[in-house]
Parts: sequence; structure tokens; C-alpha cells
Amino acid sequence: MTPLLVALAGGLGAAARFTVDGWVARANRTGLPLGTVVINVTGSFLLGLLTGWLLTGAAGDVGAVLGTGFLGGYTTFSTASVEAARLLRAGRGWAALVHAGGMLVAGLAAAALGVWLVAGR
Amino acid sequence: MAVSAAGHPRGAPDAQPLARLALVGIGGGLGTLLRWSLESAYPAIPGSWPWATFVINLTGALALGALLEGLAAAGPDTGRRRAVRLGVGTGVLGGYTTYSTFAVESVRLVGAGQGWLALGYALGSVLAGVACAAAGSWLVRRLGTPGAGR
Repeated sequence: MTPLLVALAGGLGAAARFTVDGWVARANRTGLPLGTVVINVTGSFLLGLLTGWLLTGAAGDVGAVLGTGFLGGYTTFSTASVEAARLLRAGRGWAALVHAGGMLVAGLAAAALGVWLVAGR
Repeated sequence: MAVSAAGHPRGAPDAQPLARLALVGIGGGLGTLLRWSLESAYPAIPGSWPWATFVINLTGALALGALLEGLAAAGPDTGRRRAVRLGVGTGVLGGYTTYSTFAVESVRLVGAGQGWLALGYALGSVLAGVACAAAGSWLVRRLGTPGAGR
């Protein structure tokens, strides 16, 4: 049962990513691809919350379906890497650094905050 | 027309929103299943380098770089090429790779007292990911795209 639910949740997560990216793209005037940044930072925060909850003793398949499935399908590493590589290739080295570095710092902070809010560590 | 790496055509109205969403969703489900299988077969050992996620993210970045380069060389982002980009690129490869697991694994390494390992994993993944994406598109440019209209 779990693989099917994980795949279903992953599909929903990917569809949510596509939708959120569309919203951000319409509002974004910065010239930087911010959709993936918003998606990966919010997804890292939510997985932090879920991980904190699992650390407090909650168990089982819920973690696999919501964490590996939905949030894994929602966030993406490949698109983030391609976006930074494209900025570099366009000669926008600083933009690539701000994009990849900003996403990393904000993503790690969001994940840590999520874990800490629930598990207190 | 320029296409964002995340999947949305720039400046174009969305003609078939549900069909696109379905393509991305089905691909995303398959990519997620593949990642889940690998993560289950090679679970991360607490306090040590998360190899499964690392390999998944780098191979996914390489594949997406190659795919988008090949599609761009093959012609404009319409019809079957757009369907492949959304289903395989945004869907399968987007769902296969993960940023949230990567971020939480890094944070957990810090929590396990492995601060330097966490720093190496976080920076190493991002730098190697960009290098793999660039290498994927470079390889396709180098090898050429059979059947491309040029």
C-alpha cells in the first residue's frame, strides 16, 4: 500500500510545485527564477516540522507518504541546479551565487526552524 | 520562446492547464516512486553522509540539464517536445530529486554533532549539482542531437 500512496503523494506534490511556480512567475519582477526558491524553502520548513513530529515519537507510513512522497515531489534539486547553471552560462555569476547560496541558507534555516519548533532541538 | 527551467513557458497564456498539470503529476509520481525505492534500499545512516539523496540529486541534475538542452536544440517548445519537457523534466526528474530531504539531512547531521560533514554535504551537493547540470547540457551540445532540425 505504501508505494502507491507515496507515488500518489509525489504526483500531487509535483503538481503543487508546478502551480506555485506559476503563481510566483506571474508576480515576480526580479529577473531571478524565484519560484523554485519559494518552493524549496517552504518545502524544507514543512519537512522540518514533519521530522520534528516524527522525532517526538510519531511513527510510521505517514512520514513516508507526506515527507518522501508529497514534500519530496514538491521540492526539487534538479531544477534548482539547472537554474543556477543557466545563470552562470549567461554570465550572471553573482545572480547564480545569490540564487543558489540564498536558497541553501534559507532552506537550511527553514528546515532547522521546523524541527526546532516541534521537537525543541 | 524562452522556457523557465521550472516548467512554465514565459509570457504565454496557459491553454491546457489541466492536461499540463496531469502530465507533471503523473511524471512526478513516477519520479517520487523511483526516489522512494532507492532511499528504501539504501537508507541514510544517522551521522554519516546521505549517499542515496546525494546520488539521486546529482544524477537528476545531470539528466535535467541534458534533457532541456536536447529539447531546446530539437526545436521550439510546442507539442510533443513540451509534453516531454513537462512530463519527464518537470514531472519525473523534478519529483525524483528533492531539496527538502537534502535540507533536513544537513540539519540532522548538525544535530548529530557532525557539523563539518553537514557543511561539506550542503555545499558539496549544491556545487556538484550545478556542475552536473552544466555537464549534462555540455554533453548534449558536444554529442549533438540526432534528428534535430538544424
